Amino acid sequence: MAQQSNKKQAQRTVRDLKIGESGEISGLNDPEMALKLLEMGCLPGTSVKLNSKAPLGDPITIIVNDYTLSLRLDEAETILLKD
Amino acid sequence: MAVTTQAKERQANPVAPKVQMAKVALIGNPNSGKTSLFNQLTGLNQKVGNFPGVTVDKKTGVCQLAARQKVQIIDLPGTYSLYPKSLDERVVINLLYDVSSTHQPDLVIVTADASNLKRNLLLFTQLADLQIPAVLALNMVDVAEAEGVKIDVQALQEQLGVPVIPVNARTGTGMAALKIIMSQQLQPTQENFYTIPDALHAVVGPIKERFGLRNDYLALHYAHQARGLKFLKEADITWLEQLLEQEAFHSNTLQANETIARYTRINELLLDVVRVEKADKDEKFSNRLDQILTHKVFGYLIFFTILFLVFQAVFSWASYPMDLIDEGIAGLNSLIQENFSGPLVNLLTEGVIAGLGGVLIFIPQIALLFAFIAVLEETGYMARVTFMMDRIMRKFGLNGKSVVPLISGVACAVPAIMSARTIENWKDRMITIFVTPLMSCSARIPVYTVLIALVVPDTYYLGFLNLQGIVLMGLYLLGFLAAIFSALLLKVLLKARERSYFIMEFPVYKMPRWKNVGLTIFEKSKTFVLEAGKVIVAVSIVLWVLASYGPGNSFETAEERALEQAEAANLSEQETENLVSSLQLESSYAGIVGRSIEPAIRPLGYDWKIGIALLTSFAAREVFVGTMSTIYSIGEEENVSTIKNKLMSEKDENGDPFFTPARAFSLMVFYLFAMQCISTLAIVRRETKSWTWPMAQLVYMSGLAYVMAFITYQIFS
Repeated sequence: MAQQSNKKQAQRTVRDLKIGESGEISGLNDPEMALKLLEMGCLPGTSVKLNSKAPLGDPITIIVNDYTLSLRLDEAETILLKD
Repeated sequence: MAVTTQAKERQANPVAPKVQMAKVALIGNPNSGKTSLFNQLTGLNQKVGNFPGVTVDKKTGVCQLAARQKVQIIDLPGTYSLYPKSLDERVVINLLYDVSSTHQPDLVIVTADASNLKRNLLLFTQLADLQIPAVLALNMVDVAEAEGVKIDVQALQEQLGVPVIPVNARTGTGMAALKIIMSQQLQPTQENFYTIPDALHAVVGPIKERFGLRNDYLALHYAHQARGLKFLKEADITWLEQLLEQEAFHSNTLQANETIARYTRINELLLDVVRVEKADKDEKFSNRLDQILTHKVFGYLIFFTILFLVFQAVFSWASYPMDLIDEGIAGLNSLIQENFSGPLVNLLTEGVIAGLGGVLIFIPQIALLFAFIAVLEETGYMARVTFMMDRIMRKFGLNGKSVVPLISGVACAVPAIMSARTIENWKDRMITIFVTPLMSCSARIPVYTVLIALVVPDTYYLGFLNLQGIVLMGLYLLGFLAAIFSALLLKVLLKARERSYFIMEFPVYKMPRWKNVGLTIFEKSKTFVLEAGKVIVAVSIVLWVLASYGPGNSFETAEERALEQAEAANLSEQETENLVSSLQLESSYAGIVGRSIEPAIRPLGYDWKIGIALLTSFAAREVFVGTMSTIYSIGEEENVSTIKNKLMSEKDENGDPFFTPARAFSLMVFYLFAMQCISTLAIVRRETKSWTWPMAQLVYMSGLAYVMAFITYQIFS
């Protein structure tokens, strides 16, 4: 149990990216949000880049499949990245 | 051309009865150029109606294919998939899935953004699996090529099994080819893009049987969206839900798997179709522009500068054509009165023309306002505003997307409330709908303009800052503050039904398509004149009658009384005449009604004449100016001047100007807050499907108006 929660904390998400940094999506951990994100092309295996942040730090824009998508930090947190 | 050979291979199969016009539906992702394509195909030949049962704008138009062949084109709301997330998107499935409906299209044109082909094809593959005859209109090929993406149209066509037409919805390239395709009888593709898992046949089979469906994928959608399909009967929904429970149907997991499977298939088929010639190394122009336009400081600065310019423009640029219209109407009236006389002429000049003038004069301002909003939407800037405001809006119980209804509310609350449909979350949407009418709409402009011109000096600061423009902007700001603080109140009162989210495509910056902007201005101004015009003319006529006649012989008594007073005070002939008409107005039916409500509005600084205007304004607030000009025209046969002069010459009992700053500001504040628009109440009723919301708005806003106007009057006097 302890190991699992440790692993969860260590799991990087799109929220942790810095501006200009890229990562590869490994999964989506919120089933409801996942439907919308998948439709918008955030599929496991796709590369994603943090493009910009709104003036107040939230929401953010990411680049996925060559287009720009905006989403809130809470939503970005459900997109898991490969280590 | 490959397209035609393909079409020849197909068996002719009548898509629609010869007598009826064939229906073609335009469907595609938001920002894929669907509206431009619609405008290209139909031009001015379009009309806006409603989809059955819902209030989403249904834009239809007629497209002439050949000398004797026409088709009806339906513009559907933009959607990313056939699993709708918002009410707007739900319209699409309700139109496509009802097999018994006569609205079902014979052909769909799927618009796809070539620079974003993968995501755009998701929707296409879903439509293809429904076996609806389809054409792919590949838009923005030039944008894709500029980004180094080459698309082999021939290969794409083979992979998809339907005609693919490269188009440029901006310039109109490809329209001829599209029209040729539409004139042919097409069959659905033979390709299959998603295989329904075997386990699901236990669900699909019984659904097909019960509803008489031929298509497996359609039956699967009935299972996924039992509750979202309006045309299903309650018994059918219960049956469906039982079946789904029995078969342990997990909609979310299945949808996710389907989407992944579709993207895998799309990736495969695009392997031979898309060639990336150069790696996308340099930042896209849009992203570079965003670094300035959504910058921490400059972002907001630019946004507020734009808003400021809009208000300055609406006030100062529009004044030239407005003065022309105003003088034209006054000129027309005196021309008629000089040459004709009689009660009917009075009805025409004092009732109809005076009232109608009150509408026509505001066309320049309304057209300008709609033009600015259309440009902001068209360029893609509105999405950035949404993005910058989300964090702030969320604090007030709203959503970044609420900005669009709030800003459009400045033009008119009716379309603004309808645009709130793009907000997926129920609570966010309800709050947005509730507070949008507090934004000062264009119907308030007449009231503001006339009263500001009356009491605020027309001075300039620094050569370009117009004091009247600043006061006007202050009024809009007050409306906005009222809207967001009311939202905060509702945030506490309402319970959330589901999570709110903000996953939204950031469109690329584009030059506005002037044709689209022009059509919007034309469409909206026309609606304003026709809709408001009808009410105003009717109200003006009724009002003229009520103000020109009184019960029994009250008019004669009033005249006698006036003549006695005039003789006692030794008045001139002209002054006597004025006294007669003013006493007669007071004893007319309208005067009696105005008098009876006067005690209630006296604390706000109003007299019975304004009382009449307030009452008639409850139908629509733009009636105010018409009413004022009708009331103050009655009896003034000598000199029919403009509305501003009429109000300026109005005196109180001491002979001082009646419209003091306190009175004028109190009136402006009253109109700012009060819910005086039957159309808005009606649209809120339809959008929320209950009387509770519109009634709550009526009581809340009118109460607020009374209190705020009272405070304003007390402060200024």
